[in-house]
Amino acid sequence: MGEWAAGARASVEAVFREERGRLLAALAHRFGDLDLAEDVASEAIEAALVHWPVDGVPARPGAWLLTTARRRAVDRLRRDQAYAARLALIAAEAERADTTAPVSDDDGLPDERLRLFFTCAHPALPAADRGALTLRSLAGLTTPEVARAYLVPTATMAQRLVRAKKKISEARIPFRVPGPKELPGRLPGVLQAVYSIFTEGYAASSGPRLQRLDLAEEAIRLAGILRRLLPAQREVAGLLGLMLLVHARRDARIGPEGELVLLDAQDRSRWDRDMIDEGRALVLVALTGGAPGPYGVQAAIAALHDEAADEASTDWPQVVALYDVLLALTPSPVVALNRAVAVAMRDGPEAGLALLDELAGEAQLRGYHPYPAARAGLLHRLGRHAEAAAAYREALDLAGTEPEREHLRGRLAVVETADG
Amino acid sequence: MKYMLLIYSGSADAPDECTVEDWMAYDKEAREAGVVVSSHSLADLITATTVRVGSSGERTVTDGPFAESREVLGGYYVIDVPDLDVAVDWAARCPGSRGSGAVEVRPIAEF
Repeated sequence: MGEWAAGARASVEAVFREERGRLLAALAHRFGDLDLAEDVASEAIEAALVHWPVDGVPARPGAWLLTTARRRAVDRLRRDQAYAARLALIAAEAERADTTAPVSDDDGLPDERLRLFFTCAHPALPAADRGALTLRSLAGLTTPEVARAYLVPTATMAQRLVRAKKKISEARIPFRVPGPKELPGRLPGVLQAVYSIFTEGYAASSGPRLQRLDLAEEAIRLAGILRRLLPAQREVAGLLGLMLLVHARRDARIGPEGELVLLDAQDRSRWDRDMIDEGRALVLVALTGGAPGPYGVQAAIAALHDEAADEASTDWPQVVALYDVLLALTPSPVVALNRAVAVAMRDGPEAGLALLDELAGEAQLRGYHPYPAARAGLLHRLGRHAEAAAAYREALDLAGTEPEREHLRGRLAVVETADG
Repeated sequence: MKYMLLIYSGSADAPDECTVEDWMAYDKEAREAGVVVSSHSLADLITATTVRVGSSGERTVTDGPFAESREVLGGYYVIDVPDLDVAVDWAARCPGSRGSGAVEVRPIAEF
């Protein structure tokens, strides 16, 4: 019995982890309230933990959870006057709402997650909270886990999530997938929310740890779900490809002492070849059949790095050409900075430095440590050691993570001991 | 769900970005769609008067708007639509959202 109960419990938790996002999405769509959906989803899982070990796991666990959660929600709405009024409203609106729920699989739970993706990344929510809300609602992380992911106290994260959910509920941000005309304007927001989770996982903006792989993997998992839900959207393929092609280098990026190892010094035999192959296949999808989007182009740049045996044999003319495309699609000083570094590899440090100096006045690069760090690297290669040291010191004052600072201190020590 | 669309112009003397015809077309469209609960445009800012009443009941009446801000509230619509996306659509169609203007979308509190 004990063993069986443990097995049942594991099975319940596996269902919950895998299906929580789907359960939540279906409930949020039905009741228009993410808070209520979260509460009754949790209650349903608790009920499953009580009943399944006694009655056996139902044939369609997802459908059982959904039915149980729905009943709890209706009970709660009946008890609550304010909610009761809303229920009547929702019932009326459900009549005219489209009822084209995607076909449920054999689990009996309809997949409404795409709606939830668009709600969590809605432009009316603060940009900083969209990734957190997506992690909480669609990746199934608990609030303390989300708080740890963003390196903030649990109470702070709980407050941010409560405020976001309150806005969804009280300003009535709908749970719906934008129509074909709106989609091109709204999809980038969803992709940005997922990508922000990935970059947050990669470059912890402060603290001793350089990267939080679990967060990067959550972002890849979320993009995988999006890819299945929106198979015709090439930018989704581009985003997933980009993340896989960057994440494939994770082991080589950290040295034995936990220090940052940049692309040029990485042991490329430690790159994840399977992940690179998967990413390259997605780049093909992203770049075929029309003008490419920014994620597809960034994925293509990542693929060129991943395909090269070393820095010298990287196809730099092609990298620069792709940055030209990216700069046209998304003009930004950060893209221009990366392009300048690629130009330095193609045409020599002087050409790159000239481009970097043109960016000196850009407000967006003020306080952005990769800018002085890139200048320092090129000045070093030109033998202008005093200027390089000054630029490294400037970057050191700005760099966030300890491994990044350690890396810059190492570079600074090299130029300080160099002649001239 | 009711929303108020608060229509702000960039500043009192900013050039008008849209014509009377634009406003008439928008108003007609919104009314024919059956979403308008009420709407008014406000008279020129120089006509504004601010009133405060102190704790002992004394009245202070001053010339001008309550807040000295660059953006001036010029009018409003209250619309009744299913959700924020639809409200945002009506705000985006409003001539007041163009140029230096902006439309703030505020749900009406339900008690």
